[in-house]
Amino acid sequence: MSISPSASQVPILAVEGLDIEIRGPNGSFPVVSEMAFTVRAGETLCIVGESGCGKSMTALSLLRLLPEAAHVSAGRILIEGADFLTMGERQVEDWRGEKIAMIFQEPLTALNPVLRIGEQIAEAVRQHRRCSHRQAHRRAIEALTLVQMPDPERRAGQFPHELSGGMRQRAMIALALACDPKIIIADEPTTALDVTIQAQILGLISDLQKRLGTAQILITHDLGVVSEVADRVIVMYAGRKVEEASIYDLFDNPIHPYTIGLMGAVPRKGASAEDGDRLADIPGTVPPLWNLPKGCAFAPRCPGASERCRQERPPLTEKRPGHWAACWEHDDA
Amino acid sequence: MPDTAPLLSVDDLEVHFPIRAGVLRRQVGAVKAVDGVSFTLKRGETLSLVGESGCGKSTTGLALMGLVQPTGGKVRFDGREIAGFRRKELRDYRKRMQIVFQDPFSSLNPRQKVRDIIRAPLDIHGIGTKEEREAAVADLMARVGLRPDQADNYPHQFSGGQRQRIGIARALALKPDIIVADEPVSALDVSVQAQILNLLADLQRDLGVAYLAVSHDLGVVEYISHRVAVMYLGRIVEIGPKERIFSAPQHPYTELLMRSAPSHDPRHRHSFSATSDDIPSATKRPSGCAFHTRCPLATDLCRRVDPQLTARDDGRELACHHR
Repeated sequence: MSISPSASQVPILAVEGLDIEIRGPNGSFPVVSEMAFTVRAGETLCIVGESGCGKSMTALSLLRLLPEAAHVSAGRILIEGADFLTMGERQVEDWRGEKIAMIFQEPLTALNPVLRIGEQIAEAVRQHRRCSHRQAHRRAIEALTLVQMPDPERRAGQFPHELSGGMRQRAMIALALACDPKIIIADEPTTALDVTIQAQILGLISDLQKRLGTAQILITHDLGVVSEVADRVIVMYAGRKVEEASIYDLFDNPIHPYTIGLMGAVPRKGASAEDGDRLADIPGTVPPLWNLPKGCAFAPRCPGASERCRQERPPLTEKRPGHWAACWEHDDA
Repeated sequence: MPDTAPLLSVDDLEVHFPIRAGVLRRQVGAVKAVDGVSFTLKRGETLSLVGESGCGKSTTGLALMGLVQPTGGKVRFDGREIAGFRRKELRDYRKRMQIVFQDPFSSLNPRQKVRDIIRAPLDIHGIGTKEEREAAVADLMARVGLRPDQADNYPHQFSGGQRQRIGIARALALKPDIIVADEPVSALDVSVQAQILNLLADLQRDLGVAYLAVSHDLGVVEYISHRVAVMYLGRIVEIGPKERIFSAPQHPYTELLMRSAPSHDPRHRHSFSATSDDIPSATKRPSGCAFHTRCPLATDLCRRVDPQLTARDDGRELACHHR
C-alpha cells in the first residue's frame, strides 16, 4: 500500500450535473437532480440527509451499482479525468476495487455468507491482480492487519457469521482496501453499530485515510458522525444539494433553513426536557419524490418560506466564499 | 414532576434463556440476558436504560411487560407484588403499564385501520360504550398530533413518524401510569425524532406518565431522562441522576460510553482509538467484574470478585472496586 501525499489540489473524483431517475408505475421521476461535487486525495466529503434525499442513490451511481429500476439520465462521473459512466462493462469492473470501492452499511448482507473472510478478500485481489492464490491470501492477511483485525490469521479462516458486528465491518473495510483504491465510498458505515464500536470504526477510517491518502465520501444521516470526520459537507434534501460548505462553516454558520433545522433537532449536550428545553422540530415530512412541490422542495416545512419560495426553485449560489446554499433568503449574507 | 414514592420497584430481576444441545435437548448453559437488575421508577419520572446491544436493556423492558417470562426476581407495582405474572394479575397490571415499540412499521397490524388499532386496548379491557370508545380514539389522535379524520386510513398510508404517533396513541388509550419506550425514535429520521421526543415530553408534563426508556443514543437519553441506568452484560453497573451520570461518569464503562459519543463539535473532535475492543457475549460472561476484559483499571481483584452495586454519597449507585 503506497503512502500518498494528503489533500492534493487535483480532484480525483468529479461529479457534474448528475441526474438519476427511477422508473415507476406511472412514469419516471427524478431521485437525484443536478448533483455536482469534487473530492481530492486525502479529503473526506460527507453527504448528509434523511431517508429518501438521494444520498444512497448518489453513492451507488458512483460505482455504477444502481438498482435495476434506476438509471443516470444526465451528467458525468469523472475518475481521474475519465468518464466512468461511458466506460465499457469490463473496464468498469477493473476500476471497481482498483480506483473506487465501497463500504456498505450492513456487512452481514454485503459479505458472502458462505465464503471465509480471507477467501473473499483474496478473490477480490485476484480479480484485479495477476498473482498466485498464496500471494492473494497474503494480501488478504495484510489488509486484515491494516484494519487492526485482532488475530488476523485466524479471522481470515472464519465465516462472516462468526464475527461480531464491529469485526465484520473491519473485514468489509479490509475488502474495500485490498486493491489500494483511490476513492472510498462509505454508505452509513457505522449506523448498524453500537456507539463504542462506532467510535472504533470512525477512528479506524480516519487513521487509514491519514496513512493511505484516499479520497473519501461518507454518506450519513448522523450529524455527530459528520462532526467527527468531515472536511467538507453536502446537505441533500429531496434529491438536491441544498448546502455545501467546509465542516467549520457549516457548523458555525449554517445557512439553509433545513440544515439549521437538522442541527436544532439533535439534542445538544446538557439539553434536558425536564428543564423545558425543546428540540427544534421540522414540522411535516419529506415530500414524496414523485410529487415534489413546484418551488423550493423545503418550502412547505420552512418557517421563513415566502410566496417566491413556493413558486420558484432557488438555485445553488455562493453565499459566502466557499459556502453554497440554495435559498432565496440570505442572498445578502 | 416526579413525586417520591416508587410506583414500580424491580428487585433482582432475572431473565435466563436456556441453551440446549444434543439429541435430548439437555440444558447445557444459560444466556443470562438479565441477571439481577434492581431499580425503582417514580410517578412522572423518566428512567433510561442504556448500554450496548446484548446488555439486556430491551429484555428488561419486555420482562416487565410480561412479554418475556422472567426467571427470577420481584416486581412491585404501586405497592402490590406482581407474583409470577399470572394471567389475571397481568391483565390489570398491563392496563397501567404500556409499551411503545422501536419499529413503527412492524408493530402495527397492516390490515387494521388506525381507528381499530388505537381502540383495541379499550375493546380488550371492555372500557366505555361504543360511542365513548370512538370519542376516545378521536381525542387520542388529536393528543398525539394526528388528524382524527385520518382514523379510517391504514398504517401504510402514514409516514414513519406518524406511525410512531399511532403507536403512542395506542399506548395512551388505557391512561397508563408507565410507558415502556423501547428505542422509540431510533428508526426515525432526525427531524422526525425531534417531533416524537417533544411529544413524549409534552405527554409526561400533561399526563404525568412515567417512562422506562430503552435507548442506545446518549443524546436522546440525556435529553429525556431524570435518571439513567447503565447496563453491561445483564447487570446495572451505574445508576443515578442524569446530571451526575453525564457530567461526572464514575464507572469505567460509563466513561467509555460517554467518550464514544460523537462530539457534535468539529473543533473539538474526539480522537477515537481504532483498536478493536469487542463486547463479550452474555453466554460467556467473564469472571469477576464482567467489564474487566475491557477496563483500563482492571486488577486481579476485578478478575476474581464481582463488585456489587453500592450507594454513593451523591445519589448514585455504582458497581466498581476502584471508584
